[in-house]
Amino acid sequence: MKTIQTDRLTRTFDKGKVTALQEVSFAVEKGEIFGLIGPDGAGKTTLIRILASLILPDSGSASLAGFDPVRDYARVRQIIGYMPGRFSLYQDLSVQENLRFFATVFKADLETNYPLIKDLYDQLAPFKNRRAGQLSGGMKQKLALCCALVHEPEILLLDEPTTGVDPVSRREFWDMLIRLKARGITILVSTPYMDEATLCDRIALIQKGTILETGTPAEIPRRLSRPVYAASAGDMYLLLRAVRDYPETHSCYTFGESHHVQLKSGSPQDLLDFLGGRIPGPVALDQIEPGIEDVFMDKMTSRT
Amino acid sequence: MKAIEVKDLTRKFGDFTAVDHISFDVSKGEIFGFLGANGAGKTTAMRMLCGLLKPSSGEGRVAGFDINLQSEEIKKNIGYMSQKFSLYNDLTARENILFYGGLYDIPYKELKIKSERLLDRLGLGPYANKLLRDYPLGWKQKLAFSVAIQHQPMIVFLDEPTGGVDPITRRQFWDMIYESAEGGLTVFVTTHYMDEAEYCHRVCIMVDGRIAAMDTPQSLKKKYESQNMDEVFRKLARGAVRSPDVPGRGKR
Repeated sequence: MKTIQTDRLTRTFDKGKVTALQEVSFAVEKGEIFGLIGPDGAGKTTLIRILASLILPDSGSASLAGFDPVRDYARVRQIIGYMPGRFSLYQDLSVQENLRFFATVFKADLETNYPLIKDLYDQLAPFKNRRAGQLSGGMKQKLALCCALVHEPEILLLDEPTTGVDPVSRREFWDMLIRLKARGITILVSTPYMDEATLCDRIALIQKGTILETGTPAEIPRRLSRPVYAASAGDMYLLLRAVRDYPETHSCYTFGESHHVQLKSGSPQDLLDFLGGRIPGPVALDQIEPGIEDVFMDKMTSRT
Repeated sequence: MKAIEVKDLTRKFGDFTAVDHISFDVSKGEIFGFLGANGAGKTTAMRMLCGLLKPSSGEGRVAGFDINLQSEEIKKNIGYMSQKFSLYNDLTARENILFYGGLYDIPYKELKIKSERLLDRLGLGPYANKLLRDYPLGWKQKLAFSVAIQHQPMIVFLDEPTGGVDPITRRQFWDMIYESAEGGLTVFVTTHYMDEAEYCHRVCIMVDGRIAAMDTPQSLKKKYESQNMDEVFRKLARGAVRSPDVPGRGKR
């Protein structure tokens, strides 16, 4: 049995004018880190809120460890740990008071479940008397995760836990998730950062309420139909414009130190010949292994 | 004239030094990336540069005005945009342009003409009377940037302008930054996307309130023997002594 399963979940807002989710179906295996990867407005929060039994779908169904978040919402709330996108602990309570509060609400015993949160709590301990509102962004996230774990949930639903957090703190947060996974907890996590996809076991790319692709972060890029080339030259902006002027260019996007190019037809040598007269100095053009972000943009353009 | 020149800029909160003697220049037309982990002092530094916070010590000029004595002039002569705060969703595109233009004292007659031109240039003419909340994100971003620079500032501060934005819109936004910098605008930008750091002419990385490194992305990668800026950033930020949660210190 799948730990999380959804069947054609649909949800609209504003009396049907805005479709947040359109027939979304996917499944998460037990003990998996499953990433929902997509930008703001893709439908990630709506999906997680339905699974957390906080809002109702218009149609379709879901199950978490066999329980339906609509019918069995009380059971679902006991087995999930939920971390909303907006920091929603009590800002006026201290770190310790927040933990005790959440433990009491779930009738959980902090001492019994201590091994699960020990890692996190060790980092929070120096600030245990500080009000939650006075913590930094990274520390707030750790406290929120801690509070979501006090009742030893089977499933963690994390809504953009790393948004706005710097790359180093983000990495620490992910290390923590990987350790929780090792304890058998199933984790559904959403993120707008494409580079976090590789840290998940499986991912779904989501955009405008629909799932574009599901699979492992390694297999999804192999589904691209055209090879991807990395192009670089002395003047990168000039190069970008020149590649886009080439009639056989399918797409050309900036990718940090290089531009990623896909061609409609023809060989990369044809492109180099075209660029020869337009770009001063040498141009490097090499075929590369595409990444998740390449796939995401490819799917976005082929749909519009 | 430099767009920014600061020397030994320092800001203390009680006995905590958030920004510790930083000195740097930004040239006109430069795209300057300002990076740092949470708590490194980025926001405090940026607030001083924008005339929103007085330095404890140090001196400098932004857009030609003294940051200790002329904070009001600085505010009038810079542009500012962030992902979190940009335009009003309950106003139309035209109303947003007129409102912000008014804030910057652009005379109304001139503003009327300019706003129509801006709407035309962005291809938003037919949608000018739609509420902004009904706009696609890409259009909003474009409009927010154009509105931030409609009073023709010498420099624009972009505070995480692309957080949470889809990958295509994010890149279109950078195309716009490039284009404006070619036209002579100075761009001061913070971001958590390390690929975007590669698009800057120069990058400054703050660690523990000080400038840990400042150079072109190429030179930084060479110096820190890294494949990309993400690696450079990690190597430097891992060396941080100060956590954003020093006991006894509240977040600003």
